[in-house]
Amino acid sequence: MTMQFNDETFRGDYTYFNSETAINRFPFPFDQDTYMYSVNIEQHPGGPKGTPFEKMFDVDEHYVSEMKDREITLAEDPLRCQSLPHMELAGWDLLELIMVSKAKDYPDLFKLTRDGNDWHWVNKPLGIEKKFTFLAPTTLPCGPMEYITRQTQGDFALLHERDGNLWMDAGMVTSQADWSLDFDVGMNFFEWHAPVPKAKKMGVFDKALKFLLSVNQGQHYRRLNWTMTVNPRLDTSPENYHKWGPEKRTITPENVGQKQFLRVELQTFFRLPRSNALAFPIRCYLMNLEDIATKPKWGRRLHRVLRDIDPDLADYKGFAVNQEMIVNYLSQFDDGAPTSPGIFPES
Amino acid sequence: MKLALKVTEIEQLSPLVKRFRFEDPKGGSLPVFSGGAHITVEMPEGEIIRRNSYSLISDPYDGTAYEIAIRREDQGRGGSLYMHTKVSEGDEITVSAPSNLFQLDLRARKHVLIAGGIGITPFLSQLKQLDMELKPYELHYAARSRAEAAGIKLLPEAAHVHVHISEEGARMDLGAILDGQPLGTHVYTCGPDGLITAVADQAARLGWPKTSVHSEAFTAPPPGEPFEVVIASTGQTVSVKADQSLLEALEAAKVEVDYSCRGGACGRCHTKVTACDGRILHNDHWLSEGERAAQKDIMPCMSRFKGARLELDL
Amino acid sequence: MPNTEFSPSIDSRPTYTGLVSQGSAPAIMVADEAGAGALSDLATADASVMDNAHVVLVGCAASVLGDNAPRAVHETPDLDAATPLVSQLLNEARMGTQLYLAGSEGLMGHVSALATAAGMPLGEIQMEHRGSIARRMQCVHCKGITEGVTTDPFTCSHCGLTLFVRDHFSRRLGVFQGVCVDAETPGVVPETVEIQA
Repeated sequence: MTMQFNDETFRGDYTYFNSETAINRFPFPFDQDTYMYSVNIEQHPGGPKGTPFEKMFDVDEHYVSEMKDREITLAEDPLRCQSLPHMELAGWDLLELIMVSKAKDYPDLFKLTRDGNDWHWVNKPLGIEKKFTFLAPTTLPCGPMEYITRQTQGDFALLHERDGNLWMDAGMVTSQADWSLDFDVGMNFFEWHAPVPKAKKMGVFDKALKFLLSVNQGQHYRRLNWTMTVNPRLDTSPENYHKWGPEKRTITPENVGQKQFLRVELQTFFRLPRSNALAFPIRCYLMNLEDIATKPKWGRRLHRVLRDIDPDLADYKGFAVNQEMIVNYLSQFDDGAPTSPGIFPES
Repeated sequence: MKLALKVTEIEQLSPLVKRFRFEDPKGGSLPVFSGGAHITVEMPEGEIIRRNSYSLISDPYDGTAYEIAIRREDQGRGGSLYMHTKVSEGDEITVSAPSNLFQLDLRARKHVLIAGGIGITPFLSQLKQLDMELKPYELHYAARSRAEAAGIKLLPEAAHVHVHISEEGARMDLGAILDGQPLGTHVYTCGPDGLITAVADQAARLGWPKTSVHSEAFTAPPPGEPFEVVIASTGQTVSVKADQSLLEALEAAKVEVDYSCRGGACGRCHTKVTACDGRILHNDHWLSEGERAAQKDIMPCMSRFKGARLELDL
Repeated sequence: MPNTEFSPSIDSRPTYTGLVSQGSAPAIMVADEAGAGALSDLATADASVMDNAHVVLVGCAASVLGDNAPRAVHETPDLDAATPLVSQLLNEARMGTQLYLAGSEGLMGHVSALATAAGMPLGEIQMEHRGSIARRMQCVHCKGITEGVTTDPFTCSHCGLTLFVRDHFSRRLGVFQGVCVDAETPGVVPETVEIQA
């Protein structure tokens, strides 16, 4: 295996770290010095070599540890993975999409051999080898969506299309930005987005839904979203808010650079063939302010974005209480120089 | 996404209907699909490319081939005639990836499928999917005569598959079909507008929720008088020939318009009209009566124009 | 007493438009004591609505319906006892069956969740809010449900956390969401207020 996987934790002692390679390929989400909601959609995959946009499902140095963290979360709370009965077929579609893509994109890590519906899957990083029958649920230890998403970084929502809307009828959600799958499963697009401030008034959701409904088989798309998290914690769920909430108040001017993380979601959209459902993977990338500031453009820009952001959004994204400390810390990296367009650092 | 395929089989199912089978020329696997999906077939003739959408009738989980069935429309603008007279086994043909505007609601406790004439096509893939997913269903297929009922050859003989031939006095009784179905049943209709309306009316009389009643009515665009449109952003004039749809003419002129069904059903090519001196001939199933009357919207895949000037917000 | 008017809120918060007779179509009606008044009003407006109606009363006696005699009445002591009965009625129901719910949000949320699971679209379920505006709240942390919540914040009857009352509502579970109010600053709890409509 060519890729090195970090031995690290996303809770407790928080030993998570980004190598220089990971810093260089971080999907910094701001393409300008200000931020407001937008649909900001691009075709996927596709992007400079080495970036997380290059492959269908990005695998990076955090893979093995993220999967261990998911296992811990699921053991404590199995309701983080849910699939309403009619979504099993979409689960198989997702399993196929991921296995086929990973085996093609990372041949030294994953291998898939198919003879009709007799499949043989090898996942070297996680030490898994499994022969099973495609579309036959009893041949896997759990449902197909759960099986494959225990082996794939990021959260997953599977959306059922009906009545001109999308319904979140299945998902695997263990690294979410403070929303509950167990509570939201079965909701339509407008219902599960209901708590998001301002966006409805701006018509963002109408446009986004219209776009999503028009995603066809064979066309895939992506967008970036972001929030702020104290400590490199994947499980910032409402379920455990009483456990991670207090950590939000441990930020000081001395530790903000290390403890305050920018949390980026690489969201992708795929139309699944047999179920006609939409797969909505939400991949989370974490990087602390200190590491972000190693790229002068990112340091300048993040300072400006967080300083000038709409107060409602600072509140919704959960960093209003620490905003002043964050902005003060970042100001040392902002000399007022102009920044270049686009998200990539100036190399 | 476009697929360059080879025509590997053509079969005359009835005097007016042919079945076509397309495979990857190198024997590769095609994207599988969901019951009720369609593909768009490109039919190049001289300078113009016609594109018609046809429901897939083959096994949705089988990637070895796509099959469609086409009824010859002698009064049409030439798409089905092209397929019937110009296409032979061994020819190359370009099709789109499958797309579905008529999917089964797999939550349903039971599925009732009602087909009229060539409207049987989307159900042929759906019932394969229903069998594989072990879902309870009944299919009702109405045709005037056995000779016209091209789908009979493709249907399994089963207790829940009912053929109603009106010439033989076996007319379809929608009241009897819909009455007393268990809560959670969904009904799907494909066929002539009259049948779709009749099923919707009957379901409404029986108190069925609207969201349990599905239909697909898309048809090929009709021919008509030639006309011109103006593109608002560029001032460019685009001429639409008698046997060409407005969408096809826009594509030929390199004006970008999004589309999917090309049959007035999906709403994807919905275009705003910025000026209209004349009458839009609406042929779609998408716009409401009010929108049609207002003449501020047009579905270029199906609709035409008669008058002095039509300017499109493109 | 008319249908309660709730203040406008987010898209996931249910609204109740009030009961309108669909004539003598087969019907299932579920109501608590306050909601039974809405059924009586419905029957007064159109007596035929009771011709083929199965009425399930929760925590009240058939006498609350007065002279409006439905085809069948079932009296149940509470929602838990009513659940298997309503499920059975839904299971045996045919397409075209109408569902009328009246009373508390907890009752309507719970029964509409049963009905949508049985294949009835939410938009087809008629609901009228009567009586207390107490909410059925689910603790997002321990998943325990606390019935009859009238204050914000309130104490989870299962895990004891102090929860604030959100308008975010799960139709699948028939509950509003309660989230720890002092997660970031344990012990710092805002003043308790009565929930408003």
